[in-house]
Amino acid sequence: MKKTLTISAFLLGLVFLTSPASAEGKLNIYNWFDYLPQELIDKFSAEHDVEVTMDTYDSNESLLAKLKSGVTGYDVAVPGDYMVQILIEEGMLEQVNASEFENFGNMDPDWVDVYFDPGRLYSVPYQWGTTGFMVDTEVYGGEIDTLEIIFNPPAELQGKINMLKDVNDVLNAGLRYLGLDRCNENPEDLKKLNDLLTNAKQHWLSFNSDGAKEVLVSGDAAAGQIWNGFGMRARAEKASLKYAYPKEGFTGWMDNIVALKGGPNLENAKKFMNFMLDPENAAMLTNFARYTAGVSGTEPFLDDDLKTAHETNLPASAPTPDFVPPCNDKVVKLYDRIWTNLLK
Amino acid sequence: MNPTRDLKRYPGFGGITWACLVFLYGPLIVIALYSFNEIRSITVWGGFSFSWYVKAFNNDLIQRATYNSLIIAVSAATASTICATAAALAILRNRAFRGREASIGIISLPLMVPEIVTAIASLVFFVLVGIPLGIGSILLAHTVFCIPFAYLPITARLEGIEGHYEEAARDLYADSWQTFRYVMLPMMFPGIVAGFMLAFIISLDDFIITNFVAGPGATTLPLAIYGLVRTGLTPEINAVSTLLLLVSIFFVTLSYLLGKKPGPGR
Amino acid sequence: MDSTGIAQRRTELDRIRARRILKARAWLLSPALLLIFCFLILPLCIIVVYSFLTPGTYGGVVWDFSLESYIQFLFERDFFDDTLAFSPAYLQIYFRSFVQALVTTIVCFLIGFPTAYYIATLPERKKYMWVLLITVPYWINLLIRTIAMLFLIRNEGPLNYALISIGAIDEPIKIAYTNFGVGLGLIYTYLPFMVLPLYAAIERFDFRLVEASYDLYANQWTILRKIILPLVGPGIVAGCLLVFIPSLGSFIAPDLLGGGKKLMIGNLIALQFQGSRNWPFGSAAAVILMTMVLCALMVYIRQQSKSRIPLH
Repeated sequence: MKKTLTISAFLLGLVFLTSPASAEGKLNIYNWFDYLPQELIDKFSAEHDVEVTMDTYDSNESLLAKLKSGVTGYDVAVPGDYMVQILIEEGMLEQVNASEFENFGNMDPDWVDVYFDPGRLYSVPYQWGTTGFMVDTEVYGGEIDTLEIIFNPPAELQGKINMLKDVNDVLNAGLRYLGLDRCNENPEDLKKLNDLLTNAKQHWLSFNSDGAKEVLVSGDAAAGQIWNGFGMRARAEKASLKYAYPKEGFTGWMDNIVALKGGPNLENAKKFMNFMLDPENAAMLTNFARYTAGVSGTEPFLDDDLKTAHETNLPASAPTPDFVPPCNDKVVKLYDRIWTNLLK
Repeated sequence: MNPTRDLKRYPGFGGITWACLVFLYGPLIVIALYSFNEIRSITVWGGFSFSWYVKAFNNDLIQRATYNSLIIAVSAATASTICATAAALAILRNRAFRGREASIGIISLPLMVPEIVTAIASLVFFVLVGIPLGIGSILLAHTVFCIPFAYLPITARLEGIEGHYEEAARDLYADSWQTFRYVMLPMMFPGIVAGFMLAFIISLDDFIITNFVAGPGATTLPLAIYGLVRTGLTPEINAVSTLLLLVSIFFVTLSYLLGKKPGPGR
Repeated sequence: MDSTGIAQRRTELDRIRARRILKARAWLLSPALLLIFCFLILPLCIIVVYSFLTPGTYGGVVWDFSLESYIQFLFERDFFDDTLAFSPAYLQIYFRSFVQALVTTIVCFLIGFPTAYYIATLPERKKYMWVLLITVPYWINLLIRTIAMLFLIRNEGPLNYALISIGAIDEPIKIAYTNFGVGLGLIYTYLPFMVLPLYAAIERFDFRLVEASYDLYANQWTILRKIILPLVGPGIVAGCLLVFIPSLGSFIAPDLLGGGKKLMIGNLIALQFQGSRNWPFGSAAAVILMTMVLCALMVYIRQQSKSRIPLH
């Protein structure tokens, strides 16, 4: 009995002892894993005498759910574009006025007046990329820059297509194929989309995000939705894979550094945001993460293979990447129904 | 009839057991093999190299995540096994008491709740009552949901035989501590081991709940692995996994060597 | 002393003893019950409340009472005119998940029982080693193990290659991306949860009973069915619970090995709290699931206690 008492006391004690530290000279980063090279963390720590802790999450949505539940203690996070807009609307970000940063001039002018944060009051670019698909050119030698590959596949690819298990990636591709608006709440359009997807599903092998690269490399799938940086890694393992830029359009996304409201080290967060706008640092990050920085002047520091990679250098013929803002409740609800119906 | 024939043995059972072992260990061989891959792939072979081990040894983040995972799993499994053992003693020593069914129901509850719901509910609750998020909150959440995993194997062992032994011990003037230490504990021991092991692996591998109740500085290995969204799995994870495997095989060997002496409590 | 005095003393002693047992029981039960009450039941009340509220725009809830979540579970509003019509989509998902979990449980039992039996009848020094050997693979993260498993069972993978090269088959067996693949993945995920409780139950089995039945000319398989299985019943129940309920919510193995073309309960609920941002509906779906499982369990416990008490 004494034992149980001691143990409960010990347990409770542990809970209260391990509260997060918020001393000076610290920075708590909340990011995807393996998305920030250790050398860069070390460099930042050395330059600014700041002790960096990094924690990881698995999706924009779980970041939002955590912040919604009232989690605090993180200084900076790296949400995607639409999530930045949501976080701003929800008042969860600290206004940092990036234009006052010393390195603001390095930001690529194309990325200053973005839809999710015009004038960059709250965020600075981290990496951006596209979500398209890859095709194994050994299996299918025809034209690949079209969404026909996914929704009306040639015989060679039928039953060998992997889709990302993500409602937006799948539905947006469908809407582009049909030439319809994104964030669509028109019932007629959604009916068409619903029919298209349920019909195309018979040609698809699987819905899988966790193994999106592995399934292509192994050859189980000969075509599959994938992010461009992943695609580059897939090509390194299987040279016949080619990243497609469908003429109907494809998703663009951008991850951004933001300072979270209530973070204990706001000044260090700003220092970090400024630090990442330095071209050399941005290039170090790009060489590691293998997407594209939103900073000009990184070229001289980039790895050679990145400079010419098909996955990160859009061909002139490709349409501009389509950045999809967050849709309203009604649309989200309708999308959820189509998705549930597709996978019921 | 053949008198020397072992009545306990059933034909084919040994075969199935070995087949299970092959089934369980097959993927581990692949994982271990690809930890020595020269290229950044866990499914395409590109030559032999130790580079991922070197990387893992230089990666503070992944090391801390591994330590966190192990510490949490050992502590949560220990705490939940102790709670479960105590509860099993109370519930099984008296066949019928008021609230018995309710107690069993409550103890099984963590098993019934979908993980994402436990995750959200715990997070909202922890924030509401002001429990700081970190290793402590993960430990607390893990202890709670590991209890049924530890409890069920223990009761599986005790149910039906508990009362008589205790009475016998009492009749021999053993006090309750002696009864527990020299009668109940040895009898429960295999159940406790089984329960502890289940609680341990459940805690070690948990992602969904940990993801929500973790706070700054409390990343675990599963969080790291599922956080590889932007860059993908690398043989570095295989290297860490292989090292963990070696640690666990060390314990297997140890248990075999210790088993040479008379088993615990026997 | 007269006999009534002694009788009084005795009832008093009994009462003291009963109180002591009661106290001991309370002490033994309290850590588990308190922990679960404080850190699961109280938080779950929040979820039950959430299920009756209105979803916030970007997740979370708005404090307006609504039954919409429960209505949504059974009915859907028409795309065009907003009329309610019965929709079995969610029920279908629940039903499929239940069937899948049931199959997983049965197969795990068929494989797990012989394994647990074999381990439990091994000499003492080997037993604990085997218990550890069964759990060691689970030290490795499920996602990585599942990807490795997928690598092994692919059409062009080592398994099919080996089978073809020894001449066992001509064509590769298609395992990955089939229902068989889903089953394989689930069994792979939950096997030890069946084996260990069974092991704990079989290990205490008194094999003199087997000898006795053998002397009565019972056949070995009859002994297994009529004597061993009933006596390790609690182990079977424990194992089945530990496999059945978690596999209801599992999705990594089905996604990777089965292709993930069907939603499972786990996916469905997780989606509501993340992508679809409909916390009340996610809460309602979870409340419905918990109610179903808990009711089944309570009926079972009740029956079990009723049927067992007269034996003592």
